[in-house]
Amino acid sequence: MIDSRQMQSLAARLAQPEVRGRSPWADARRRFRRNKAAMVSLVVLVLVGLFAIFGSQLAAWSNEEMDFAIMGQAAQLGAPSWSNGHYFGTDDLGRDLFSRTVQGTQVSLMVGLIGAGIAVVVGTLYGATAGYVGGRTDGIMMRAVDVLMSIPYMFVLILLLVVFGRSMSMLFLGIGLISWLDMSRIVRGQTLSLKNREFIEAARATGVPAWRIILRHIVPNLMGVVAVYATLLVPLMILSESFISFLGLGVQEPLTSWGALISEGAGTMNYGTLWQLAFPLFFFCITLFAFFFVGDGLRDALDPKDR
Amino acid sequence: MTAKPLIEARDLRVTFQLPAQGALPWAKSRLLHAVGGVDFTLMPGETLGIVGESGSGKSTLARALTGLVPATGRAIWQDGTDLIGLSPRQMLKYRSQIQMVFQDPLASLNPRMTVGQIIAEPLTTHHKGLGRDEVRRRVKDMMDRVGLLPNQINRYPHEFSGGQCQRIGIARALIVEPKLVICDEPVSALDVSIQAQVINLLDELQRDLGLALIFIAHDLSVVKHISDRVLVMYLGRVMELAGSQALYADPQHPYTQALLSAVPIPDPQLERDKRMIPLRGELPSPMSPPSGCVFRTRCPRAQALCAAERPALLGDGHLTACHFPGALRPEELAASA
Amino acid sequence: MALLEIRDLAVRFATTDGEVSAVNGIDLDLERGQTLGIVGESGSGKSQLAFSIMGLLARNGRATGSVRFDGTEILNAPPKVLNRIRARRIAMVFQDPMTSLNPYMRVSDQMAEVLMLHKGLGKHEAVAEAARMLDAVKIPDARGRIRLYPHEFSGGMRQRVMIAMALLCRPDLLIADEPTTALDVTVQAQIMQLLADLQREFGMAMILITHDLGVVAGACERVMVMYGGRVMERAPVGPIFADPAHPYTQGLLAAIPRVDQKGERLTAIPGSPPNMTNPPPGCPFAPRCAYAMPACETMPPLDAFAPGRERACHAGLATVRAGHAPQPDLPEPAAADLEEAPAGILQEAKP
Repeated sequence: MIDSRQMQSLAARLAQPEVRGRSPWADARRRFRRNKAAMVSLVVLVLVGLFAIFGSQLAAWSNEEMDFAIMGQAAQLGAPSWSNGHYFGTDDLGRDLFSRTVQGTQVSLMVGLIGAGIAVVVGTLYGATAGYVGGRTDGIMMRAVDVLMSIPYMFVLILLLVVFGRSMSMLFLGIGLISWLDMSRIVRGQTLSLKNREFIEAARATGVPAWRIILRHIVPNLMGVVAVYATLLVPLMILSESFISFLGLGVQEPLTSWGALISEGAGTMNYGTLWQLAFPLFFFCITLFAFFFVGDGLRDALDPKDR
Repeated sequence: MTAKPLIEARDLRVTFQLPAQGALPWAKSRLLHAVGGVDFTLMPGETLGIVGESGSGKSTLARALTGLVPATGRAIWQDGTDLIGLSPRQMLKYRSQIQMVFQDPLASLNPRMTVGQIIAEPLTTHHKGLGRDEVRRRVKDMMDRVGLLPNQINRYPHEFSGGQCQRIGIARALIVEPKLVICDEPVSALDVSIQAQVINLLDELQRDLGLALIFIAHDLSVVKHISDRVLVMYLGRVMELAGSQALYADPQHPYTQALLSAVPIPDPQLERDKRMIPLRGELPSPMSPPSGCVFRTRCPRAQALCAAERPALLGDGHLTACHFPGALRPEELAASA
Repeated sequence: MALLEIRDLAVRFATTDGEVSAVNGIDLDLERGQTLGIVGESGSGKSQLAFSIMGLLARNGRATGSVRFDGTEILNAPPKVLNRIRARRIAMVFQDPMTSLNPYMRVSDQMAEVLMLHKGLGKHEAVAEAARMLDAVKIPDARGRIRLYPHEFSGGMRQRVMIAMALLCRPDLLIADEPTTALDVTVQAQIMQLLADLQREFGMAMILITHDLGVVAGACERVMVMYGGRVMERAPVGPIFADPAHPYTQGLLAAIPRVDQKGERLTAIPGSPPNMTNPPPGCPFAPRCAYAMPACETMPPLDAFAPGRERACHAGLATVRAGHAPQPDLPEPAAADLEEAPAGILQEAKP
């Protein structure tokens, strides 16, 4: 009698609709949304991104065209104006600064995102593996990182660009080579502390293979730190690229980047063409600020205990 | 006893190599004997309690049996295989037979996984051929079995209370139908009222499923409640091993007596009247344990023989590792106080 | 006049998930030299009660009501007043001694600092006095070990150092918050013995906060049982164990396994402790209580029913004393109500 009653109630319980869980990510999202600075910055980043993608459609001039009417008289005729279609003005050669800025934004964002992307993928897997496996493997892997870090990377980067010639792919290669080093160190440290948590032990005791422990248990729990660091890494990558371009070693004409544009603008500042500096610099600054604020917001959202 | 023991440990040892004190390459690394030669047998369906204070090596012993830390000696499984020194591939077969329940209910669950994924993990590891729906059905059955609502399957650990998290941990351990479950302090992080729920649940599951249980705790009263036999550890060695009733009613080893006398009793009259056996000094370092009997430095009954010779674990059913077993007399107590 | 007089004390925390009320309207009198045990599970508000007395609430916490110590109002008093009273007249011992000792300072310096600050002693006298106090808490070779750093002491010795530090200024009241929870049983027994000896010797009042009824039985004169931020029962230690008058106290006593009795099935209290962001209306224990009735929607007052004994329960005293409440017809747990779901099933599973 009791059995049939129990069976019925069991069946009833099993048939109940499943309740949706509230994942830690959803919690973080909620906290992030409440952070005004971070949300505003996120909107800014989206706008900058849209500008990079669709900006060229709005431009009246392509970035390769030269306005011969203005060439050579940029200081007098090249100021920003709606009437001749140069919304941001032109440079000394009569090239439209608006479409150049669009292109510079594309290049700079790409450098930043690809650099950070390499760091996230390579650095996370490398660091998590070193930390989880531990022992001698860890020692060798981390000493390799130390060796790479001890080389002055700006010097290597410049050498690479000089020896193999200036090209986008060489720039990505150079930045990719160095960007993951810090990330792998951070990830390894986090992995070491995660490794001793009981849920990892539980997985090991059950016999879950090492690669699955890394992918299913360790990496998802690292994502918070990685996401925060990656958002801070993007502006760092942009800065390095700008620095290289500022030295004149970065992307090659007719391609351009924020660094190259700012360099050019700074060079002609004395001739009264301030717009050449102001527009690229404006985009550069707001993007960097926005990334930093978003990174901060992410940290607060993902790690509420630290406040 | 005609039945074959489920697991038989002989001279089980765990030694950790600590990094050398000093950076020089020829500096000697130091050895820490966490478990120093433990013998016991466990019958199918039996509950063995292991008690000891922090540093007694009881958790390390559990981890050695599950292959989480390397051990030496022998641990013979029912089918005659020695579990010590198996390759990971060979060990995999036995991992589904031996499961573990951990101390901290929340920390033993991956915060980024749903309850369903957590409980299913051993199942998908050991029975790769199962379909998604079948896995889900079994997980739900198991959740119901341990007193969780099956419709909570998509929730995350942080949405549950401590007691419920421990139920999730128990469900994860039981889903592959193990023969032996090792519980490492499963209730010490829980509130008293919840403790009783979890103990009752374990008790009941053990009886229904015919599980053997190794129940590790520092709380002697909890161990007494659930165990058939109890093993008392001190500094990595077995001090006493006896049936639960016999051990608590008539402890032979001075250490067991001291331990029992220190347990607070929730009765003001008994608590105030009871005679406590004080232990001298502090726990010696496991790096350099005392010669002979490891307990001799704190024992009220220690003599020259105790330092010279390590006592063997002897007795008929009630095993004691002591040269001079038996209840302490009042004059001995007075002398040690 | 009582040494400590608490009237209608409430503690609330503003959190991202809304306001949490940790302590709800507690009255308490403590005489000089008296020992009071506060027993409760996690989330019962017992620690927050102590923190609010000491003015140590977290920044998002707010305490209301009144706490008078020796006639002076100290709740939300300015830091100047609090600092004068803390350490000198009220001292506190915490669960984890390592968090309240500075790991980079020698024990001698940390102890001497307290004495120099509060008593104006010179450095030499202060260290000598500190060594005397370490002797009093029975640390062997106190004079030699006072120069050590905290991590060089074992857990039990560290707790002794903490107690010595708390007693340096001979306080009138010592609040011990789970002083032995992190320690082994044999060490716990020694520390409890030490606290009892010191309390007699110094003639101070003591509040012992713990979740362990066994510890309370040995150490306290009076016991206050808390649940969900409220007092459930308060009585001298004898009656509370021999004749618990509140269903929660009863349940708690039935749920502990005991070394001195034969083991049988433990009587668990079904359900989980209340979620304090969304506490049940009225009596917080009602959802788990076998005697619950419609009246429990309102909080019962804490009424005296015998000399020195008070309880807060709507159920009749005789009913509760008789025990074995009519087993409540186990309701099908509501899916949304996660907190109370599982235990019902558990109870049902076993005939």
